[in-house]
Amino acid sequence: MKKRNLWHRLKTEYIGRGISTLCGIIIVVLTLSIILFIASKGLSTFTKNNYSLMDFLFSTEWNPEGNKPKLGAGIFIVGSTLVSIGAVLISAPIGVALAVFMHYISPGLGKKIIQPSLELFVGIPSVVYGWIGISVLLPIIKAGFGGIGFSLLAGIIVLSIMILPTIASISSDAIKIVPRDYVEASYGLGATRWQTVSKVVVPAAKNGIFTGIVLGLARAFGEALAVQMVIGNSIKLAGGLLKPTSTLTSILTMDMGNTVAGSAWNNALWSMALLLLVISFVFILIIRAIGKRGDIK
Amino acid sequence: MKKNSIKTMIAALSITLLAGIFAGCGTKEESKEGQGSLSGSITAAGSTALQPLAEQAGKKFTEKNPNATVNVQGGGSGTGLKLVSEGTAEIGNSDILAETKLDAATAKELVDHKVCVIGFAMVVNNDVTVNSLTSKQVQDIFTGKVTNWKEVGGNDLAIQVINRAKSSGTRTTFIDTVMNKTVEKDGLGTMQDSNGNVRTSLKSTKGAISYLALSYLDEAVRKDIKVLKIDNIDANKENITAGKYSFWSYEHMYTKGEAKGVAKAFIDYMMSDDNKVLVEKLGYIPSSDMKVK
Repeated sequence: MKKRNLWHRLKTEYIGRGISTLCGIIIVVLTLSIILFIASKGLSTFTKNNYSLMDFLFSTEWNPEGNKPKLGAGIFIVGSTLVSIGAVLISAPIGVALAVFMHYISPGLGKKIIQPSLELFVGIPSVVYGWIGISVLLPIIKAGFGGIGFSLLAGIIVLSIMILPTIASISSDAIKIVPRDYVEASYGLGATRWQTVSKVVVPAAKNGIFTGIVLGLARAFGEALAVQMVIGNSIKLAGGLLKPTSTLTSILTMDMGNTVAGSAWNNALWSMALLLLVISFVFILIIRAIGKRGDIK
Repeated sequence: MKKNSIKTMIAALSITLLAGIFAGCGTKEESKEGQGSLSGSITAAGSTALQPLAEQAGKKFTEKNPNATVNVQGGGSGTGLKLVSEGTAEIGNSDILAETKLDAATAKELVDHKVCVIGFAMVVNNDVTVNSLTSKQVQDIFTGKVTNWKEVGGNDLAIQVINRAKSSGTRTTFIDTVMNKTVEKDGLGTMQDSNGNVRTSLKSTKGAISYLALSYLDEAVRKDIKVLKIDNIDANKENITAGKYSFWSYEHMYTKGEAKGVAKAFIDYMMSDDNKVLVEKLGYIPSSDMKVK
C-alpha cells in the first residue's frame, strides 16, 4: 500500500517536476558553456595574437593572410549595421501598419489572411529567401537601378522581408492589448478612427512595438545565409546602396570551413562570432529595459 | 487524447536520442588488419573540391572490401587539415599544402599523398567576345588596372570580377599560378563561396570574369558560360600533363604519420589504375599521368 502510494506521488508530482528542473538546468548549462566556449576562442585574437581590440573594431584593413595579419573587422561591422538598420527602416512602418490594419481596420481579413500569411513567412527557410533574392530580386535591381545586382540594397530588401513577420506579430500583440476603454474614450471625444489609432492606440502600444523592432533588428544582425547570397561579399565599405559589401555573418560563413583552428585568421572569425553574441546580449538588455518601463498597467 | 500525444512525443524523443547515441558511437575506427581482409571504418574530411571523387571512390572501395567503409565529409580544406592533425579524421582532404595553413610543427606530422590533379580555367560571361587572355592581362584585371573588356581586345563592356573567398583553396591556387603570387586588389568586384554560386552569378552578370574547376565544367555548365584560354593555351588535360598550362594543383590526402590500415588501402586505391577511369570521368587528372611536377 505504501509503495503504491509512493509511486502515485512520483507520478503525480515528482517525475514531472524532476524533468522540468532537469530541462531548466540543461538549458542554463548549455547557454553558459556556449558563451564560455565562444568567449575563450574569440578572446584569443587579443590574448594570443596580441591584436588590439581597437584595431579589430575600428580598422577596415582585413588582410588575414601572411605573417603580419591585419584583422580589422570594421568593414563587416559597418556592413552588418547598415544592412540591419536599413531593413528595420523598411520593415518597421510596414509591420506597425499591418498590425493596425489587422486589429482596427479589417479584423476579419486580418485574422483570415494576414495572420496566416505572416506565420507562413516565418516558416520559410532563409536559404529560400536568398535563392529568391538571387533569381528574382537581383535581375530587378539590375534592370531598375543598374550595377551588378549584388548590393547592399538587395541585402536590405531580403532582410526586411525576413524580419517583417517578427515586427508585425509582436506589434500586433501589443496593439491587441490596448484597453478598450482608451479607444472608446477617444471615440467619445469625437476623434475619428485614424486619429484614435495614431494618437491613442499606437502610443499606448509603443513599448511592445519597440520590443518588436529590437527583436527584428536582432534577427537581421544574426541572419547569415540569405544576406551572404545577395550582398556580393566584397571586402570593402559599401560606397552606396547599389554597391556590394560584406557583413559579419557573411564573412563567417565564407571562411569558417577553410581556415584552420588556432590560426590568427580563424581566431579573428571567432572574435566576430563573439561580437555577434555581445550584440545580441545588448539587444536583449534593451528589450528588458523597454519591458521595465512598463506597458499599460 | 492529450496524454496519448505526450506519450507519443516522449517515445519519439527517446528514439531520436537513442539513435543519436548509437550513430555517434558507431563511427569510431576499428581498424584491424588480419588475414589480408580489410575491415574497419575511416573518415576522410575536408576539401569540397575533392569530395565528389572521394565519395564515389569510397563507394567502389567498399564494394571491393565489404568490411571497410570510408565516410567522406566536406567542410573545407582547413577543416580537413584540422581534423586530421587532431586525429578526429583518418584522412584530411586538402586543395593546398598543409604548410600554408598549419604551423610548421603540426604540418610536419602530416604525410602528404598527392592523389590526383585538378585543373582550373578562367571563365567569363557569354557576352564577352574575348577568347584568350595572357596571364599578364588576368593579373591586370584582378588588380584593377584593366576595367573594361575593350582594353584587352574585347567589346566595350565593364569587367565585373567575381572572386572566391580569401580562404578558398581554389583562390590560393589562382594566386600562386596565374596571378604569379600577385595578390588581387582588395574589394574588387564580388565574392562567392562555391563553384555553384560562381556559375549562377557569372551567367547573370554581364562582363563577369571568374575561375572554376575543370571538374565542374561539364556540358551543361559550358553552355551557360564561356571558358577562356590562358596565353592561347586551352585548359585541358593534355596541356596540363605536358606542363604547358599552369593553372592546376594537386589534391592532397593527408594522414597523421604514415598511412596505415584502411586509410592506407583507400589512398592506394585512390591512386591505383583501377580508380583511373573514375578520376577521369569526374574531370580530375590522375597523378600518374603528370609529366611535370
